[in-house]
Amino acid sequence: MTDDLEDFKTLMNAATPAPDAQRRVENLQQAQKSFARAQGLQSGARPTVKRGPIARLTEGAKSMLNVLTHRGALTATTAIAAVALVAILPQTRDYVLEPNSRIESRSTTSQAPHSVTELEADSLEETAAAPLEKPVVDVPVVVSRTAKRQEGFTAESDGPVLFEIAPNTAEPFLGGRVLGAIGDNQNTEAFSNTATNPLNVTAEDPVSTFSIDVDTASYSIVRSSLMRGQLPPKDAVRVEEMVNYFPYSYPAPESDVPFRPSISVTPTPWNEGTQLVHIGIQGALPQIEDRPPLNLVFLIDTSGSMQNTDKLPLLKQSFRLMLSELRPEDQVSIVTYAGSAGQVLEPTAASERSKILNALDQLEAGGSTAGQAGLQQAYRVAESMVEDGEVTRVILATDGDFNVGLSDPDDLRDFIAQKRDSGTFLSVLGFGRGNLDDATMQALAQNGNGQAAYIDTLSEARKVLVDQLTGVLFPIANDVKIQVEFNPAQIAEYRLIGYETRALQREDFANDKVDAGDIGAGHTVTAIYEVTPVGSDAIRNGPLRYAEQAVSEGSDEIGFFKLRYKSPGVAESQLIQHPILPGQGAVTEDVEFSYAIAGFGQLLRGGEYLGSWSYADAIALANEAKGEDPFGYRAEAITLMRLAQTLSQ
Amino acid sequence: MRMTTSDEDLAKAAAKGDADAFAALLARHYDRIFRLAFRLSGRGDQAEDLTQDICAALPTKIVGFRAQAKFTTWLYRVVVNAAEDARRRQASHSRAAVGWGDVEQMRRAEAAETAEAVDWLQRAMRALPQELQDTLALTLEEEMTHSQAADVLGVSEGTVSWRMSDIRKRLRALRQEELAQ
Repeated sequence: MTDDLEDFKTLMNAATPAPDAQRRVENLQQAQKSFARAQGLQSGARPTVKRGPIARLTEGAKSMLNVLTHRGALTATTAIAAVALVAILPQTRDYVLEPNSRIESRSTTSQAPHSVTELEADSLEETAAAPLEKPVVDVPVVVSRTAKRQEGFTAESDGPVLFEIAPNTAEPFLGGRVLGAIGDNQNTEAFSNTATNPLNVTAEDPVSTFSIDVDTASYSIVRSSLMRGQLPPKDAVRVEEMVNYFPYSYPAPESDVPFRPSISVTPTPWNEGTQLVHIGIQGALPQIEDRPPLNLVFLIDTSGSMQNTDKLPLLKQSFRLMLSELRPEDQVSIVTYAGSAGQVLEPTAASERSKILNALDQLEAGGSTAGQAGLQQAYRVAESMVEDGEVTRVILATDGDFNVGLSDPDDLRDFIAQKRDSGTFLSVLGFGRGNLDDATMQALAQNGNGQAAYIDTLSEARKVLVDQLTGVLFPIANDVKIQVEFNPAQIAEYRLIGYETRALQREDFANDKVDAGDIGAGHTVTAIYEVTPVGSDAIRNGPLRYAEQAVSEGSDEIGFFKLRYKSPGVAESQLIQHPILPGQGAVTEDVEFSYAIAGFGQLLRGGEYLGSWSYADAIALANEAKGEDPFGYRAEAITLMRLAQTLSQ
Repeated sequence: MRMTTSDEDLAKAAAKGDADAFAALLARHYDRIFRLAFRLSGRGDQAEDLTQDICAALPTKIVGFRAQAKFTTWLYRVVVNAAEDARRRQASHSRAAVGWGDVEQMRRAEAAETAEAVDWLQRAMRALPQELQDTLALTLEEEMTHSQAADVLGVSEGTVSWRMSDIRKRLRALRQEELAQ
């Protein structure tokens, strides 16, 4: 059926206009002039014309000196700029200086991917890996006790914190960061179609429906922008992804429900006349002590494009981090596709650390695509490892090359879905920017009951593969949708903060065929509505003359919350519902911190509904609600708020 | 005499400062640049602007040409990157005027007999995500192999083949949708 493509070609050829003759002449002349100018500027770099060994020697020394002076001057100006930055931002100097030095080494290599030799890549990787070794080795694991349940192994626990890391290891988050420049990101759709949710009049449109979103990519983009000294583009800010980046300890679910929503209705920090309805959903935490042994097959893309420092080398470091989280009874195998071929590591107990690390170290990116049946092989290996009661998962790591043996996207999805039903799951880890096919990653991972995570920095690798390992590997609910109906007798206006890209049609809520977001074990999801009670001064839309006024029927419910989810592997959804009452729930540090982040996100988007509430208020609120912050995420957020505050002035 | 010199030799000479070589090279490839610019952006006026930008930037860029790749591969990469930059700039100005997304401009720009074809192209292109649009625009060049397209886009050959099969599938779906109507 290549006819469509041929047709397309013919049409395109017909539609392609000829270049404008006049502009062609002008452009060519202009180019000629700039060429001459560029040559003038470049004269120092041109080959020397002087002959004879002595002349060449002096000439060489001279040009070397030229280069050196140039370098020296550059260093000096950089230093001046750095000092100036410190003078402006005294609180953040510790963070700002260190990543800067790293950015330089990283970005030079990544901008010239084709000129980096294997040797350089290796030595770079080693220097980058060095500071890591210490934190990796003995991370004490604090475990909470609970009952174990079947398949999804739901359990209850005190909070989402799975692993407590020794305090000194929690520190160097910002230090280890590679700043992926936003400019590298080819995926422009990430920034599109996100006009801020409007204020809804309850009497006209009382129902709000959306899919949950556990993605956190937007926070990473905001972070890398601010760390580069720029405010992020407004469209890159998705408030819900920023809020959901942080772990919260909402009340854990009881009995066999996979998660539990907690609703609080509290005053709004930025508006006295409104209230915030805070919906926090806590996923059940599987008992990590009793978790079944894991069989992990890493399917690693080793095509030539993976050789950038932020791809294969970062992947190796990430897996080293993850390895330390595995138990002796867990098994690991490595299969590669594209470039080098086949099974690199036979199924090996996680206790044989050095054997696994050796295999990992020998991975090299290079060569053209070999196109073996990588995925089938990975699944075959995975199936050979399965024993009763064990969890088996293939982890595909790639920079966007999905040439894993099945060339048809639909076949691939079907294949993965079919394997999922037989008990082998798939997660996808994306590395590097520019080639990443976010949509395919998400689609494959969703079909494989897994998550797609994007790893741009070592600290992100730590968050995904160490701190939240269990959530990544054990999904507990699929297609989670939320619908809230507000009571027009109590609430005049409402707006959902964030989730612009996740809005669903009202009728989609009960339609199980409509896809929505998934929740992993121990994940938390937060949604916040700002509501304006009837009679408040803060109502923005005046009453209509001809509309019927809602009359209170004695109910003081301000709204009704409904949530649908599917247990993994089940096609029919289940419903959870709760009324929302005024003054319900308590204001915890978690709730307050999520408000601070929601406010921060809205400020970055222009702060349309925030009145005079400012970055300073966000910082104060976040500081107050920082809590224990065992991983340092919240401290990092406050640093980013400070940067944003300075940059916005 | 120049015309028989290979692109790569001309480019190497230009990189060393030979103005005649540069002029010959650019004249030889100007139409090609424009054609790809049009296919990437979907608009005649934008293709003109893009081509102008590229002409302005090439004199400094050519210095970096190291003959590790075919000259055309290198050149296409420059064009694809420039189109991407232009899109990004545009996205920050107004989202309404994004190339293949803007029907009205297209209609006015094109002659009447091609208008219908353009409409279909328009719909087909708009139905594709950005990276597929770029891949498709590139592979429409006559001599372009999947391997060369992969080089230009900085992805693997397998990814290009994958994308092409995805594109075929989507075009077929679009066709069937139209037939069904």
